[in-house]
Amino acid sequence: MIEQYIPIFLVLAFAITFGVVTVFSSEIFGPKRPTSEKLSTYESGMKPIGTTTERISIKYYMVAMLFIIFDLEVIFVYPWAVQFRSLYNEFGMFAFYSMLVFLIVFEIGYLYAYKKGGFNWD
Amino acid sequence: MIPIEYYLSLSAFMFIVGVVGVLTRRNAIIVFMSIELMLNSANLTLVAFSSYLGNPIGQIFVFFVMTVAAAEAAIGLAIIISLFRNKKTVNIDEINILKW
Amino acid sequence: MIPTALEFQLLLPVLIIAAGILISLIIEMFSSKSEKILPWFSIALFVSTAYYSLLTVGHERIIFNSMLAAGGTANIFFFVFTFGAAIVTLISIDYIKKIGMYYGEYYILLQSAVLGMMLMANAQDLVMIFMGLEQMSVCFYILAGFNRKKIKSNEAAMKYFLLGAFATGFIVYGIALMYGVAQTMSIPAIANGLLIYSDNIIFVAGLLLFIIGFSFKIAAVPFHMWVPDVYQGSPTSITALMSTGGKAAAFSSLLIIFTPLFATTQSTLFQPYLVVIATLSMLLGSIVAIAQTDLKRMLAYSSISHAGYILIGVAAGSELGIASVIFYLSAYTFMNLGTFGIISMIENKDEGNLSLNDYSGLGNKKPMLAALLAIFMFALAGIPPFAGFFGKYYVFIAAIESNLTWLAIVGVLSSVISIYFYLRVVVVMYFQKDENILNVEDSSPALLGIMISALLVIVMGIAPGSIINLISNFVK
Repeated sequence: MIEQYIPIFLVLAFAITFGVVTVFSSEIFGPKRPTSEKLSTYESGMKPIGTTTERISIKYYMVAMLFIIFDLEVIFVYPWAVQFRSLYNEFGMFAFYSMLVFLIVFEIGYLYAYKKGGFNWD
Repeated sequence: MIPIEYYLSLSAFMFIVGVVGVLTRRNAIIVFMSIELMLNSANLTLVAFSSYLGNPIGQIFVFFVMTVAAAEAAIGLAIIISLFRNKKTVNIDEINILKW
Repeated sequence: MIPTALEFQLLLPVLIIAAGILISLIIEMFSSKSEKILPWFSIALFVSTAYYSLLTVGHERIIFNSMLAAGGTANIFFFVFTFGAAIVTLISIDYIKKIGMYYGEYYILLQSAVLGMMLMANAQDLVMIFMGLEQMSVCFYILAGFNRKKIKSNEAAMKYFLLGAFATGFIVYGIALMYGVAQTMSIPAIANGLLIYSDNIIFVAGLLLFIIGFSFKIAAVPFHMWVPDVYQGSPTSITALMSTGGKAAAFSSLLIIFTPLFATTQSTLFQPYLVVIATLSMLLGSIVAIAQTDLKRMLAYSSISHAGYILIGVAAGSELGIASVIFYLSAYTFMNLGTFGIISMIENKDEGNLSLNDYSGLGNKKPMLAALLAIFMFALAGIPPFAGFFGKYYVFIAAIESNLTWLAIVGVLSSVISIYFYLRVVVVMYFQKDENILNVEDSSPALLGIMISALLVIVMGIAPGSIINLISNFVK
């Protein structure tokens, strides 16, 4: 069982050692002649603008939240769709109508978000 | 086949990390992330048991927990944003108008 | 198995509310006058559900593939939730305009929270308990922060949300562990195998985590730290619902879990835990409440001590114990709703007039409100002709019958302490002269709600025997 993992552990140990040794040896042995150019943030040759903790506009928030909620509801539809044939054989149209009710409830929520301006960009 | 104990230990460890995170961290968003970690450790336990017992109920419950966690995430972040608009901080030590 | 038409009919109280939520959403979407329509629509919804629940209380049955229960104690809880919510709606109508937080979602969220409570009270499966709990809690998180321009309300929502979600984590993990041992989430099925499972450390750990999670929700010491802040910071009408319906719903789920536990010989398994948290809640709630000057905060601590009294009934575990818990919860619901209703009327639009001194001389300025508040304070303190006394009385009797006499003595002691801070309000109202100006905006719907609660408190105090007999019929 655990023997199967020995190669992985070996690779892991090697990788960690290599990383640690290279980073620290360059820190220890490398020459240090700092200038203001060298100390500035590396931005692919451009002059850095602003800080790294830039705030992202709040309008992404509504879209992101609505996406998470409506996206996750799909996990109820997906198994139903995959298993629909056997569900239909067992329950008949009840299997269809129960999902229909779920989707209607869901759509009313969606419509509400739309009407209240949840998808407006500004 | 990995024994069930491994999954249970991992999820118990994740749960404890989550609890410790909630109790020690001071940033509301990180506290909230720790709570999500607790929920996910429970999900891992459920899925592990479900697969081990060959019983689908656990997996179905995971779906519900995931949807609820998403709803909580949306509401939690909304609450944190509305607090930030008024107070300009998400540090729970500075949120102390009401005696904590 | 496809549910039959009869099962849908028995589930009608839940279905009415669920349909009502969708209709309210559509009203709010398309009508420009939703502000006028929605509160009365909600009240009609709640009252009709309350009426129908009482009508079908005798049809006890397990429905929907043993997911839900219908009739019996579940319907009694339905009545308490929906009738309580109707009173909360009456209180809210003018209050939310005064505070300036009218958003259409208010009543819809109120209805959704009630739906969650109802699912908690009739669940027969851990999945349903979880879903109901989350539906209720998520709505309460939003409602606690509903006054979004006020920092206090934001803060209350945040604290409630973080600790509530933390408790949810415990509950889910507890359910996962119990499921792993029992291989099912159906509560009757778990109850059947309880004797075998109770030797299993994983199962016991799961049950313990589950109960700790619920201890957060019922606000028992040592899991009470969120209560004073949340009750103080939330809008008063929401505090009213949270402290009554929310607490009653959490207790209803606890009863669903504990009833099978006590039916087997395993009653000793969690009794020590319940006894300890009951004692701590009663004493800490009563003692700390004495030091409070803010009325909402004082009531929050009083709510902690009431959770302790109710836990005595749960710990007793007998038939009378469970019946007394339900009686106590209904009595507590109506007396607390009335009290918060009065506070919401006296509160001004900047969340002022909440401290005890603002109530000085209320007996002269507003004799009607003062008299009603005095009734509720007497009831909460447990002074005889009102419902609160009989709630405590039955709980203590149940404890003595289950050989927990010393717990009953602690309970009596703690109620004696609590009389001090309840009566202090009455003393301030009637005997402390003060010439500060108190502008109380009249609100006839709120007054109606308060008077209905007062009426129920008095009725439950006059005829407690018949009500407790009625409840006992449905407690197995």
